[in-house]
Amino acid sequence: MNTWVVVAVLTLTVLAAAVAAVQMVRDQPIGDRTFAVLALAEAAVLVQLVLGLVLLVGTENDVDAVLFVGYLVGLLVALPIGAFWSLAERSRAGTGVVLLAALTVVALEVRLVDIWAAGV
Amino acid sequence: MARRTDLSSGAGRTLVFVYGVFAAAATARSVFQLATEAERAPLAYGLSLLAAVVYVVATASLLRGGARAWRVAVAACSVELVGVVVVGALSLARTDLFPEPTVWSHFGQGYGFVPLVLPVLGLLWLRRTRPGPS
Repeated sequence: MNTWVVVAVLTLTVLAAAVAAVQMVRDQPIGDRTFAVLALAEAAVLVQLVLGLVLLVGTENDVDAVLFVGYLVGLLVALPIGAFWSLAERSRAGTGVVLLAALTVVALEVRLVDIWAAGV
Repeated sequence: MARRTDLSSGAGRTLVFVYGVFAAAATARSVFQLATEAERAPLAYGLSLLAAVVYVVATASLLRGGARAWRVAVAACSVELVGVVVVGALSLARTDLFPEPTVWSHFGQGYGFVPLVLPVLGLLWLRRTRPGPS
């Protein structure tokens, strides 16, 4: 996988998760700036999807294609669903949902890197 | 008339999100396993499918709310707790039965033990939201 995209996705989602964790302790809703970070993370995930598909078509390696694309798509939908589910309740619970969504992306991203590496 | 039991706001909102993630992940995983290599580990893959169904039912009933959905959710969380404990123990004791891992193998170790914690949190939440007599 492209290292830069992976680093971008992980940095942005870990940052969003950290902010959400602090806001959760302070019992505050997620602010606009955190949503901006989430939007950037989502942009990075979208770039990753396109790049991942291009890499998959071009690779000679034995990457499990169905699994790999499944994770790329899962990564793409996790943050938007989390963000909208969170916005419906601007409370500590809504903040918790953003934290969980960001952590979900981190977990999926780590697995995605594993799946790619397993085929190389 | 009793107020309709809301199961998906407050702490329930975070719970629904995690259940949704596991419903999607477990469903995708079991469909993938059954479609590509069903005969390799029928027990493990059958259990993956059972886990997927339990997560989908739990997510749907938490979203739905109401007294009946509350009872369905209690049943789903209970099956889930029994499942993760039994499969977790079996996967350690009888490795021959589980050539391939399931969501519940090794008490959900592959998923950061979330499958073990989730039903407990679910049942605690349901105890707090028990619908009153209508």
